[in-house]
Amino acid sequence: MTFRAEVFVTPKAVVNDPQGLTIRQGLRSLGFEGVQEVRAGKYLVLTLESPDRDTALARLDDMARTLLANAVIEDYRIEITAVRETVAP
Amino acid sequence: MKWGILVFPGTWSDRDCMHALTTVLGQSARYVDHRETELSEFDAVILPGGFSYGDHLRCGAVARFAPVMEAVTRFADRGGLVLGICNGFQILQEARLLPGALLRNDSCEFRCEWVHLRVERAESPFTRECRPGQVLRIPISHGEGNFYADPDTLQSLEQGGQVAFRYSTPDGRVTGDANPNGSLRNIAGIVNARGNVLGMMPHPERACEPLLGGADGLWILRSALGTLVAA
Repeated sequence: MTFRAEVFVTPKAVVNDPQGLTIRQGLRSLGFEGVQEVRAGKYLVLTLESPDRDTALARLDDMARTLLANAVIEDYRIEITAVRETVAP
Repeated sequence: MKWGILVFPGTWSDRDCMHALTTVLGQSARYVDHRETELSEFDAVILPGGFSYGDHLRCGAVARFAPVMEAVTRFADRGGLVLGICNGFQILQEARLLPGALLRNDSCEFRCEWVHLRVERAESPFTRECRPGQVLRIPISHGEGNFYADPDTLQSLEQGGQVAFRYSTPDGRVTGDANPNGSLRNIAGIVNARGNVLGMMPHPERACEPLLGGADGLWILRSALGTLVAA
């Protein structure tokens, strides 16, 4: 099956996020009031083949831990959806 | 002594390192391609600064999986001297050869300027020629040099004497104003527990001749050399 995976990589809550702080300040400067916090992370979209959903999730988790996120400073969350069944030849 | 200078796609300080080691210090050195897998011919290896693999995803995140990095890990495990400068420091952290991480500078700006470093530990293989508390003037050139480690790791770095350098004023005071990037506790460089792996954001290789504005980087390279000669 073909899956579409969305991987959200965000700075850990305890890690200072200079980009988020700068964006928040920018919003305030533009007059957008009430923005208490902005956290800036990465959004990755992967398309992958996998026999089933559980296998796909396990592989994505391995990818996230190995490369996509740095556990010292980042958390990640994965969402996947099946986009189509592979048609048998 | 023979030095290996690692070159990844996007490394840019390799030639500065070569010049400092060979022309200035009279050492033997060779560039090491990122696809090489053996470092046993060298007495010390340097991971120079730059933007390996375009800094994509995170600085050093892709470089740490280059074939040569397994050799670097073996080299470090055997006690060989490993010096990571700037992007090299980031790669060593991604490879877990050094703890912590380097975040975006708190200013969100690329900072390219001369800074002062206070030598926190003068008995390490990379600082043995220095006096404790000596202040070195060395340039930085980075956008992601904001040292971070969780509280337990920070405490263990401090207690183990693994903080090599802190950003300071010219007279050695560690202040917020002297901190160019937001690094926790003004940390500019750390060594591993064994002391044979140093990572630092400032560029000692760019401060090896008065013509370039200063020669304080020689304190670090000569210390490493002294360690090798004594071994």
